[in-house]
Amino acid sequence: MKYLERRMVHGALLLVSVSVLCFLFTDLAPGNFFDEMKLNPQISSDTVASLRSQYGLDRPLPVRYGRWVHSVMKGEWGYSFAYNSPVRGLILLRAPNTLLLTGCATLIAWLIAVPLGVWTASRAGGWPDRVCMSGTSFCIAVPEMVVVFGLLYFSIRTHALPAGGMFSRGFEQFGFAEKMIDLAKHLIIPVLTLVLASLPILVRHVRASMIEVLNAPFMAAARGHGISRSRVLFGYALPAGANPLISLFGLSLAGLLSGSLLVEVITGWPGLGPLLLEASVSRDLYVVIGVVMSSTVFMIMGNLLADALLVAVDPRVRTE
Amino acid sequence: MRIEQAVKRAIKPALVRVSGLSKQYVQRGAFSRRKFVIHAVRDVDLEIQPQCLTALVGESGSGKSTLARCLAMLERPDKGEIWFEGAEISRGRGKELASLRPKIQMVFQDSAGALNPRFSAAEIISEPLEIQRRCGGDKLRKRACELMEEVGLSPDWADRRPLEFSGGQRQRLAIARAIALQPAFLILDESLSKLDLITQAQILQLLSDLQTSHDLTYLLICHDLTLVKRVADFVMVMQNGEIVERGTRQEVLNSPQHVHTRHLLSSVRDLESTFGDFQQGSGS
Repeated sequence: MKYLERRMVHGALLLVSVSVLCFLFTDLAPGNFFDEMKLNPQISSDTVASLRSQYGLDRPLPVRYGRWVHSVMKGEWGYSFAYNSPVRGLILLRAPNTLLLTGCATLIAWLIAVPLGVWTASRAGGWPDRVCMSGTSFCIAVPEMVVVFGLLYFSIRTHALPAGGMFSRGFEQFGFAEKMIDLAKHLIIPVLTLVLASLPILVRHVRASMIEVLNAPFMAAARGHGISRSRVLFGYALPAGANPLISLFGLSLAGLLSGSLLVEVITGWPGLGPLLLEASVSRDLYVVIGVVMSSTVFMIMGNLLADALLVAVDPRVRTE
Repeated sequence: MRIEQAVKRAIKPALVRVSGLSKQYVQRGAFSRRKFVIHAVRDVDLEIQPQCLTALVGESGSGKSTLARCLAMLERPDKGEIWFEGAEISRGRGKELASLRPKIQMVFQDSAGALNPRFSAAEIISEPLEIQRRCGGDKLRKRACELMEEVGLSPDWADRRPLEFSGGQRQRLAIARAIALQPAFLILDESLSKLDLITQAQILQLLSDLQTSHDLTYLLICHDLTLVKRVADFVMVMQNGEIVERGTRQEVLNSPQHVHTRHLLSSVRDLESTFGDFQQGSGS
């Protein structure tokens, strides 16, 4: 079986395994969405029991799983008890907002990390490298939450940036350019937080990968042939050290739906984060499962894309 | 006879002349500000005669490879001068250095690591030609195939990756790449040490043929004194970053003056006698 086909089969098996585990763990968790209703004296226990029966929560786990799979096949992805609507609509409404946020953050983080990692690797041990490594150590040590609270404090004190949400009041009346500027302003704090969280790790990976390649004898041979410094770094070393970075890029894509949940909740970004938090607290289990499965799909797709890129750029993988 | 020819060639001005060359590396402690200075090469003077094979021997860590890297302009020396074809090259920069590089090429010990694993054989050999803009397009591949033939590799293997070749074939590939720019001086940094004896002999024959056809000067860095006895015109012995003895092969190997050279030679004799005893023991 060919490499990519094999990887796709692995992905499909992983998806099934995650869905089974999701059901298992949500079943092990105490309580369900209708338990709080029992505390309400105005709702009789018969009503609660009939609701449980209506939504199939009184059925055994395999039956519920089978029903959920059937619902996924129909394109509903389960049913939300809280919103009284299919999960698919809820996720599709919010996922683009999350993707906009994480997509911008991932793109910016990679655009900075690659040249910065290459530059520090080319000066490994020198003062620019030491300054950069100290900076990345500091960023890794500072929790994401502290950064976002710090930025929110700054924006509230200076009024330089909107302190939360995705749009300003009266957004609908704005022209196209004004809308874009308003959206960009709202993106700055969450995107900056996410960039600061992922950038140090990416820079360190790029740097480590590049240092290893720059010390390889074939790089010395290329230098011995009179190759220019910039071509050594970006034309030779970067492609040669790209494999671990491509895998890391796949993981970055995997985190597109799940990497910003906390930041979304704190900054009031209307993405999947607040939806997941709300669903978890109220035990709206199909919404939780829907979000987890969407993240899993992204993870599998990210890894598949990374594998496809590896096949495209590294002839050794094709030979295997 | 070979020595006489070498001595005749030695009457010509030296191709490479080094004076007072030093190179040190500074390492910092992992958790302290203490610095450790490693004197890899100390105040080395040497001359390499044109169209000869000069062997540089010494134990591991004696500074042979650092010296070679300085000569190949892969490391900048801290002190001293390197003269090549009558021009001082150790302070060269940018374009000046780029124009000199084709004349001095290096073949590394680790043939697998010395060849870009992503490139095909043809791409590896044509890489220096492309970097130096000697030719382009179809001519590159054609020239790469010619060079493959010259070093005894079939041009049919032009699309193979380095890991699809044996160690000896990879070393031939590295030699083909090194001679692509028609260098005058080829540094062989323990290039034969990982090869079996038959392959070693084949590569030595190839190097000898190339020396004749390309007027090449070799600097062979090696541990193996038995090999040096067979092929070197001149021998230099290195210890702790310094050249402690130099001369023609006969001078150095038949009547060594320095205690370290005598020690190296006695180590070879001890090894040969131990191996001889072992062979006799296993035969009886």
